[in-house]
Amino acid sequence: MPDSAAPVASSQPSLTELFTGFAKVAVSGFGGALPWARRMIVEQRHWMTADEFNETFSLSQFLPGPNIVNFCVVFGSRFGGAAGAAVALAGLLGPPVVIVTILAGFYAHFGDLAALTRILGGIASAAAGLIIANVIKMAEPMFRRRRDFAPVVAIVGFVAVALVRWPLPLVFAVLAPVSVALAFVWLRR
Amino acid sequence: MNGNPLLSLFGYFAVLSLFAVGGANAAIPEMHRIAVDVMHWMTDRQFADNFAMAQVAPGPNVIVVTLIGYHVAGITGAAVATVGMCGPTCAMAFVVARFWDRFKDAPWRIAIQAGLVPVSLGLIAASAFVLARAADHSVYAWLMTAATAAVTYFTRINPLWVFLIAGLLGLSGWL
Repeated sequence: MPDSAAPVASSQPSLTELFTGFAKVAVSGFGGALPWARRMIVEQRHWMTADEFNETFSLSQFLPGPNIVNFCVVFGSRFGGAAGAAVALAGLLGPPVVIVTILAGFYAHFGDLAALTRILGGIASAAAGLIIANVIKMAEPMFRRRRDFAPVVAIVGFVAVALVRWPLPLVFAVLAPVSVALAFVWLRR
Repeated sequence: MNGNPLLSLFGYFAVLSLFAVGGANAAIPEMHRIAVDVMHWMTDRQFADNFAMAQVAPGPNVIVVTLIGYHVAGITGAAVATVGMCGPTCAMAFVVARFWDRFKDAPWRIAIQAGLVPVSLGLIAASAFVLARAADHSVYAWLMTAATAAVTYFTRINPLWVFLIAGLLGLSGWL
């Protein structure tokens, strides 16, 4: 996706900027940190073009683990080596970890309060709905293609993990190679 | 891994992070299986509560592991769980980033990514199912889940507003 606002990445972050930049992304990142990271890196600070951002993000999606955490490591190491990766990571995870640890302390003391349980219960119901909406958005293009292997893989994975409750490593070890092999054949047609 | 809880926390999260294709939400069913069914660290309800707190707190969704770690072993547990979940994959990201340019256009690389997308879709769908089952204990709670899904799908409203309404409805005793 070309971005007319920033055709050329014009500046490079220092280590301090890597820390503060990702800390800011972390604390504004309600409902996913990715849009905030894109806004800061591409639109506000011009550290990357939109294409470079997409490229780097596709690497973080390729790897296992939380995408935004992978992204911040790849981004940090690109501009500041191991130190850059470490400060970017500290910025992204430090403030949220402190905040949720305080929340966890409250929960440990007041978790038995009926009022708190009721509030969190309501939010948990809504949070499940939020994920359902994301699933539908992801599934739409996949299920629209005809005679594709992908929907079958997704449904088998869902049944194995959600209904049968098999361990994830086991399901992954069987399903992922099959799916990748099918994708390989599919893409060569 | 039944002895030291810190060792179990680290071990389970380190292993599970390596299979979390599609991000933290894809790993929710496995976290639930371990924390509730296998290790009995918490009840279904407490798992849902912790997930709710991680959702309303700022930051990446992965910090739900910090909350689970705290529940099991206090501040040390929180730190150990977070490092277990993020450490191995961060190290991998750091190493792979150096070679990315060399294989980013390779057919096998594209096939791996294309093959993993449906796997992660299945896992994230399983997350929604596991969470809804842990959180929804009444018809109204299921309706709340369905309404949130519809609102998020059809509008671009900030989910925090939905969480606020859901929290208030929960407090009032409707859900």
